Amino acid sequence: MAHQSDLIATDIEAYLKAHETKSLLRFLTCGSVDDGKSTLIGRLLYDSKMIFEDQLAALESDSRRVGTQGGEIDFALLVDGLAAEREQGITIDVAYRFFSTDRRKFIVADTPGHEQYTRNMVTGASTADAAVILIDARRGVLTQTRRHAYLVHLLGIRHVMLAVNKMDLVDWSQAVFDDITAEFTSFAGKIGLPAFTAIPMSALRGDNVAERGSAPDWHEGPTLLSWLEAAPVGDDAVARPFRMPVQWVNRPNLDFRGFSGLVAAGSVRPGDPLRVSPSGRESRVRQVFVGTEDVPEALAGQSVTLTLEGEIDISRGDVLAASDAPVSVADQFEATVVWMDEAPMLPGRPYLLKLGTRTVAASITEPKHRVNVNTLEHLAAKRLDLNEIGVCNISTEMPVAFEPYAESRDLGGFILIDRMSNRTVGAGMIHFALRRSQNVHWQALDVDRAARATLKGHRGRVIWFTGLSGSGKSTIANMVEKKLHAMGRHTYLLDGDNVRHGLNRDLGFTDEDRVENIRRVAEVAKLMADAGLIVLVSFISPFRAERALARSLMPEGDFVEVFVDTPLAVAEARDVKGLYAKARAGELKNFTGIDSPYEAPETPEIRIDTTALSPEAAAEHVTAWMEGELDYTI
Amino acid sequence: MTATGHQASLTHLQRLEAEAIHILREVAAEADKPVMLYSVGKDSAVMLHLAVKAFWPSRPPFPLLHVDTTWKFRAMYEMRERMARELGFDLIVHRNPDALEKGINPFDHGSALHTDIWKTEGLKQALDLHGFDAAFGGARRDEEKSRAKERIFSFRSAQHRWDPKNQRPELWRIYNTRKNPGESIRVFPISNWTELDVWQYIHLENIPIVPLYFSDVRPVVDRDGTLIMVDDDRMPLRPGETPMMKSVRFRTLGCYPLTGAVESTAATLPDIIQEMLLTTTSERQGRMIDHDQAASMEKKKQEGYF
Repeated sequence: MAHQSDLIATDIEAYLKAHETKSLLRFLTCGSVDDGKSTLIGRLLYDSKMIFEDQLAALESDSRRVGTQGGEIDFALLVDGLAAEREQGITIDVAYRFFSTDRRKFIVADTPGHEQYTRNMVTGASTADAAVILIDARRGVLTQTRRHAYLVHLLGIRHVMLAVNKMDLVDWSQAVFDDITAEFTSFAGKIGLPAFTAIPMSALRGDNVAERGSAPDWHEGPTLLSWLEAAPVGDDAVARPFRMPVQWVNRPNLDFRGFSGLVAAGSVRPGDPLRVSPSGRESRVRQVFVGTEDVPEALAGQSVTLTLEGEIDISRGDVLAASDAPVSVADQFEATVVWMDEAPMLPGRPYLLKLGTRTVAASITEPKHRVNVNTLEHLAAKRLDLNEIGVCNISTEMPVAFEPYAESRDLGGFILIDRMSNRTVGAGMIHFALRRSQNVHWQALDVDRAARATLKGHRGRVIWFTGLSGSGKSTIANMVEKKLHAMGRHTYLLDGDNVRHGLNRDLGFTDEDRVENIRRVAEVAKLMADAGLIVLVSFISPFRAERALARSLMPEGDFVEVFVDTPLAVAEARDVKGLYAKARAGELKNFTGIDSPYEAPETPEIRIDTTALSPEAAAEHVTAWMEGELDYTI
Repeated sequence: MTATGHQASLTHLQRLEAEAIHILREVAAEADKPVMLYSVGKDSAVMLHLAVKAFWPSRPPFPLLHVDTTWKFRAMYEMRERMARELGFDLIVHRNPDALEKGINPFDHGSALHTDIWKTEGLKQALDLHGFDAAFGGARRDEEKSRAKERIFSFRSAQHRWDPKNQRPELWRIYNTRKNPGESIRVFPISNWTELDVWQYIHLENIPIVPLYFSDVRPVVDRDGTLIMVDDDRMPLRPGETPMMKSVRFRTLGCYPLTGAVESTAATLPDIIQEMLLTTTSERQGRMIDHDQAASMEKKKQEGYF
């Protein structure tokens, strides 16, 4: 792996000394399938001598066997990693490549150009300091080019290179290059991309990659590699006010209490006054540790442990910030959301949001608009599907410390996690907090849940019946209520059909509307239970996520899930309301069990097999279970 | 890696160190029962060093796990005991009891079976036995093609299988560590380091490594073009074969019968780095398990080999 420096052979100690001070640049390459992206990366690795002889031998034999360059070295093969990909001739996902020159180490995020594109490119761009957008000189600025530029800008990359590739195939025509540059300049202005550098290039021949090669004199700018060596790293994070999300509380013994984390911005020294968010408490830095060393200063990008003056309560997820420039705290935001999962984003559904080191429950409103990434048009949308981007309001279960993404990737970028599958389903970038969240505060009331329960003689709780249409939910719930009422319990039955006549009359039966339907009912049930009522809820409630939401609103033990388990065939055969017949005939869309899914509970408190129990016996079972299991004392 | 004097931005090794420490802490904060896999090699040496730094003055909140094959170099066993003792780690050594009973070895059973039973099966057994839900490994993306596409947090099914097509996107510095029942995570804090970075860091931080990395006169035999060190008397010599004393060193360490030595006089870290920078073959070439078949690492990973 011959780095070119002669120092290696003559004075290795001097070489090592020089290389200790190298910086690190992370960049992203974007291009469509045939723009020569893999060739470019292969060429960079090759020209910076990062390819060993054994790898080169393998590359030569692969090039002869499966290459696309007529037996000549096919650099693209260097970067197509997995056997699965080679067999299918595709590239999956994001790959990271490494090379270095005498001045810098580079990490390249290589994202493939076909389906899943937005997701992969956003992932690769999220950690990049710079981006290289490739264009095929023969084809000019394409829809994809506009998409790449938009995503690069969306993710906040400030250093952009437009690499007009395959110039050898247009005879290095200056007119072609100038036209492409002019067209891109006009588009860049439209999306607010501040500045970029353009170069004419041939990745295959290596012209203007590391060396000028046969690139003509009319272009005086840098080569790609010299541009990469000069691009600023890590923007201006060090110059901004200090911020550090607390990752881990370091407490080896009673005498030491440290707060560990990665400095997101600014610098920190002993004596600096800090404010803790969201609590708002203040303190001063006592010591700064980097590893095992007590140091006079630490900078943005370093992992540190801080000790503070006085005993203050700080835990993982809190943010330490300079006290004269504290971070904002809010529980409602406007953000751009990029959806990354096969299952669509449904407004109202509870997701987990991870921002910095804080994870909170969050829900998303209906998108204000969706962005067509090819045309940049704003479109109306009810939900976001895989690879779609939209602007939405997000509300979190508790206030979080944040900064706008434009100011901080670390405190303004978040991921969304599905609570059931645990997959990372989306990513978001905060624009600003919504004013209403900062002004509406929870009103503390004197007559509380316990006081109302004392008056009623029992605690309020929610008994949630779920099951297919026609499973017998409402019949059983109705009987249970009669029995409880006869025993002197204060009850209320919320029935799906009835609520849809009033509170939820504006909702239909799409997945989005079903989620909202359940969210409203869960909130109403919570209020009623808070008022001291035993609330029986009889709703199909087909999705686990929303039932989990309803459960999460109630204190532990005060939510009882009753699964009225009736096989589809049995419910359909009963078809009390004639709905299954209509659904089968196609007159009723989105009918649970027919063309809309029902996700059965995995661990309900009570499961009723209606093929074995009559409704009366089922009601008796539920009532007896409740009287036996539930602690009615206050 | 402290900043020297007043510097405005970090060096590449400072950035890599900060990232690795951030990852180690994230797992310590979010996993139920983490463990650090310890192979005794140079990457493992760096990992131990980083773990000490990440949690100091606390002890790292996880034990070390060495999945032993009984066929490592003797010098590796000595190093293992020394490091666990000096750095104050709890050390768990797992030897697959089935392999022990059957006497699985590379000479009679071949490298593929040996590796599969001792390492792949042994690792799965140890993780299941102790119920570890997150295991740190020292793999780097520059080592091998299939690793270039692997996440830093790499999820494994209850059967320990890796599904390259079903990986979670990793954005910014935010890692989704939530697991489904039965799943576990392999975490690679030095994913973004190259071999050169590892050596430079060892040099700068003065990290102890197994002496086998430095050249010395050692007894070796030439097996089909690979120099194998005769580390103990379990190694069956072929008719007429006598060990030669040669000045050799190792670029990677594993089971001694499967690890090729290179002739070298590099006796210091700068010598080693110099040799590496001037050399023309990649480090994995000394590892016989990668040559068993094309794309073999990808296949092994899917089966649960780290």
